[in-house]
Parts: sequence; C-alpha cells; structure tokens
Amino acid sequence: MLKQIEGSHAMAEAIALCRPEVICAYPITPQTHIVEGLGELVKSGALQDCEFINVESEFAALSVAIGASAAGARAYTATASQGLLFMAEAVYNAAGLGLPIVMTLGNRAIGAPINIWNDHSDAMSMRDAGWIQLFAETNQEAVDLHILAFRLAEELSMPVMVCVDGFILTHAVERVDIPDQAQVDAFLPPYDPVQVLDPEHPASIGAMVGPEAFTEVRFLAHYKQRQALRLIPAFSLDFAKIFGRAAGGLLRPYRIEDAETIVVAMGSVCGTIKDVIDAMRDEGEKIGAVSLVSYRPFPVDELRQILAPAKDVVVVEKSIAVGVGGPLADNIDGALRNLDRRPRLHSAIAGLGGRPISRASLRNLFRMAVESPWEGAHFLDLNEHVVGREIHRVRKVRRSGSTAENILRQLALASQLPPG
Amino acid sequence: MFQIRIHGRGGQGVVTGAEMLSVAAFMEGRHAQAFPSFGSERTGAPVVAFCRIDDKEIRLREPIQDPDCLILQDPTLLKVIDVFSGLNDKGYLLVNTSKTFDDLHLRAIVEKLPPGQAVIVPATDLALKHVKRPAPNAALLGAFAALTGLVRFDSVKRAIAEAFPGKVGEANIAAAQEAYDMVLAQDRARQAAPARV
Repeated sequence: MLKQIEGSHAMAEAIALCRPEVICAYPITPQTHIVEGLGELVKSGALQDCEFINVESEFAALSVAIGASAAGARAYTATASQGLLFMAEAVYNAAGLGLPIVMTLGNRAIGAPINIWNDHSDAMSMRDAGWIQLFAETNQEAVDLHILAFRLAEELSMPVMVCVDGFILTHAVERVDIPDQAQVDAFLPPYDPVQVLDPEHPASIGAMVGPEAFTEVRFLAHYKQRQALRLIPAFSLDFAKIFGRAAGGLLRPYRIEDAETIVVAMGSVCGTIKDVIDAMRDEGEKIGAVSLVSYRPFPVDELRQILAPAKDVVVVEKSIAVGVGGPLADNIDGALRNLDRRPRLHSAIAGLGGRPISRASLRNLFRMAVESPWEGAHFLDLNEHVVGREIHRVRKVRRSGSTAENILRQLALASQLPPG
Repeated sequence: MFQIRIHGRGGQGVVTGAEMLSVAAFMEGRHAQAFPSFGSERTGAPVVAFCRIDDKEIRLREPIQDPDCLILQDPTLLKVIDVFSGLNDKGYLLVNTSKTFDDLHLRAIVEKLPPGQAVIVPATDLALKHVKRPAPNAALLGAFAALTGLVRFDSVKRAIAEAFPGKVGEANIAAAQEAYDMVLAQDRARQAAPARV
C-alpha cells in the first residue's frame, strides 16, 4: 500500500510485518523514531506475540537481543553512532556466536567532537565485526532491505545490520510502498534456528576456543559470510517475484554502458549522484554510477567486472579512516588489485557530520577527477582557509587549545566580518 | 520539480507544515519529499523545513538551495538569517505577518518577483482565532494553495485532517480556508487595479 510516510515509521511498519518476537530498545538520535514506532505497534496490539523490552543501555539492548536470539526468538534492535560503540563487544559476540539478529543503524557521525548528524563513521567502525552490512539508498529500499535482512540472517545464522542514513532518510517523509502481511509471510518463513538454548535439551554456546581451533572458526565465519554473495542476489530475485519490485542485490549499476568514469557510493547520496550523472550525460559526458548495497560481504568480483573497463573510478564516501583515507576507496582498490590494465582510482570524503552534498560540488569533483586528479583522499567542500589558519596557529602556539573550539571560534569571527 | 522552503521557529509547526504539504501532493498522485533542517530543534530556535514536489521519483537529497517558493512563518527571522537565499526571480513568496511588505522593508524583494507572486497573510492571527494556538502552518498551506495553485485546496484540507484528526483538524482547516480566501481576494483586487502591487 502506497503511503506518504516518515522513513522511520515506514521501517517500523516493515519490521513489524517480519513478526519479530523480541525488540530491545534504547533511544539514540536519529534512530529513535523507529523503535518508538515499533513500541506503539506492540502497545496497540497491531504487533502481537512480541516482547518490547526497554533496556538501560545499548550494551544491554544487544545483549538482550543475543539472549533472545539464542533462546530461539526472532530478535531486533536499532542504534546509531556512540550507541553502536557502546555495544561494540556485543556486536562482535552476536556475529561470533552466529545469531541472526537484525539491527538498524541510523547512520550518524561519531564524536568527539559530538555531532548528531549523518555520516557513515559508525557503520565503518564495525565493518569487520562479522555482520552483514547493507546500505539503503531510499526509504523504499530501507523497508525492503529489512525484510530481506531477516531472511538472509536466518538462512545463514548470521546477524545483519541495515544501514540507513540518519535524518536524510530516517526523518524524510516520502512515498513508500508498505507491503502487506501475506507478501511478507510468503517471503519470510518462520524462524527455524540452527542452535537453541533449551532447558529440555541442555547445550552450551560460546565456548572458549584456543589456538588449535580459532583459525578454523574464523575461516568458517569468512566462508559463511561469503555465501551471502550468492544468497543476496537469489533472495532479491525471490523478493521481486513476491513484491513486484526489485530490491537489494549486491550493487546497482546506473548508466554504466560505455562509461569512462564510474562513481561508486553507498546510501542516500546515490540519489543525488544519479541526478548529476543524468545532467552530465545530457552534456555528452560518458559517466555512470554504482550504488553499493552490500558493503559486507564486499562483492569483489561484481565490482571488478563493472569497474575494469572504466578509465576513472571516483569513490564518494561518508567516512574517513584517519591516517589512511577512505575505507570504501581502500576496499575498491583491493577489488581492482592485480588487474592488467586498471582504472585510475580517485577517493573523495564527503558529507562528514551532516555536511550537505550538493549537485554542484559533485559535478566539480567528477570533472576534477578526470582533468586534474589528486593523490590520496580529497575532502569535498573543505574550508581550506579555516584549516590553513588553524595549522599555522598550532605551529606557533604551544598551548593551542582544542581544535573543535578553535575552528568554531574562527567561523564565528568570520561571520561577524564584512563579506569578502 | 517544484521546491518549497519554509522558515520559522521551533514550535510553529514548520516541519509538520512541510510534511502536510507533501501529503497533499501525494494525495494528488504526485511524488513529494519533505524533510527538516536537521538540528537540535528547540522552541523558538530558527527552523527550516523543505518540500519537493514532482511528477517523477525524487532522488535528490541536498537541502533546497534554490527554492521556487519561500514561506516565511516568522518575519523576526529577517534580522537573523538570509531567508531569501537562492530564491529565483520567477519564484513565490508567502509571508506570515499582520504588517505590510513596506513595514518589513521587503518592497525591493517583492518587486523582483512576478506580479502577484508575493503575498502576506496574518496566519498567526488566523491560527489564534480558529485553533487558539499560535501555529500558523495550516493557514499558510491554505494560502500556498491559493498563491501557487500547485496543490488543490481540497488536498490541503485532507492532509490537515490526516495530521490532526477531530476538532483540532477542523479548526486548522477553518484557519486554512480563511487564509485561502484572503489570498484569492488579494489576487482579485490586484487584477482589478493592476497599477499597484
């Protein structure tokens, strides 16, 4: 049913249709509206046979989800930013124990300095924890990926994180086709766990594993996650048959036929990128894009096949691995490794801490990649004047103070000066 | 694509206004996207909300920098921020005030816009009269429908009723109706005496 609805509420409705049995919630912006929506559905009776547990922290939220999942319940939670960091130990445990929990991450920057706005730092901090990570481009996709996530998680007995851009998607009101219960039931069978803690049939999970077996356990975790490279496309086809629209997939190419330049990105910025691609195509530029849906597992073969014929690949990503550069760009670089004739790779960091990513800036960026390429990571729309002044000041003054406060002071002073 | 930017203060229903407008457009079978300027919204703090309306899927996610219509819910913001930033010469301007454009020193901006595309409506007064609360958003949507013709007034009424069921909705619809009628009356008066805007 088509609805004009806030992204968070659309996701809450879709998650409820997946019949979760335990939802653990601890509020943190910008994810809060999702679990609030689910809380309302449980309270009103629209979502039955579901226990909604308010917990005292994010660490407890995921720990309770782990317990519930191990006891054979379909478990769900959601978080963002510092909340994900606070549950970090449990994030690794959920994956290590092979528990098919689904968690929404309302992507938000990580402090310090504290920042409530969108980027992908939180998702990147847990990219190696063993969870599948799927990124949504629109709220329709956010809805669809959650349904896909439960199926995928339970098929593999592995947790799945659905990454949704905080505010940009969670707080946007737009048209979403909310599936009906019969469709979801046809796609998602009841949870049939591969392991259950049951007092009638005592067993333990979570053994201590020494050097004699740890490598094998880890190898199998890697092997198992790579099964998702086959399952995600298969389930996506199945999804299309039942719901009548495409969803998921490992990645989605856009106008890449004969493209000499291909832009790779994840999440909501892909929409803006597509508008820029259309405008540049109209001017005769051979440019296309790839929206990456599955970041973990990373679809190396599919990316290599699409990107290999291009002359230039521009990676636009909303996070910075301090001291190295863009983590997505690094992964793409790895996918292109050992090619005989490989495209040039251009890494751009954009949209940090909620900075808007405009069509104009993207268009300049794509042109610059071809005409005057840069080395390393390029920070889109960086205020070089402010950065230069701060670097200079820190060199001169030993007790130079906090960078965040200094930058804010500079910006406040600048706003009081006449323009120019 | 038609882009609307709404400026107001926390508590004036700025975000709800953008959302109701998107619902009205959706009811007419169009694509619409409403979103707030994400911040730590507090009562009284400047708030911006955006709405895009199109006949095809809206993919763009940047904040609206070049609005086709600007709705100013609170003229005291004129001293705080550049609310007119990016408003194009063919655009629409809708201001909530019981004063005149001259009182607000906006004559120069109004004259840059096509005749009849800048209007004032005492939306807060209308809200106080009908809703008993200083939330001018519904009245401004009524005025918006009359000013731009982009959405039908009937859709605006249905969107308000969906957001505010019952008596509150009815009161808001009454405020919107009066604002709608006022703008149409202003337009008729302007056309009768075209020498003066």
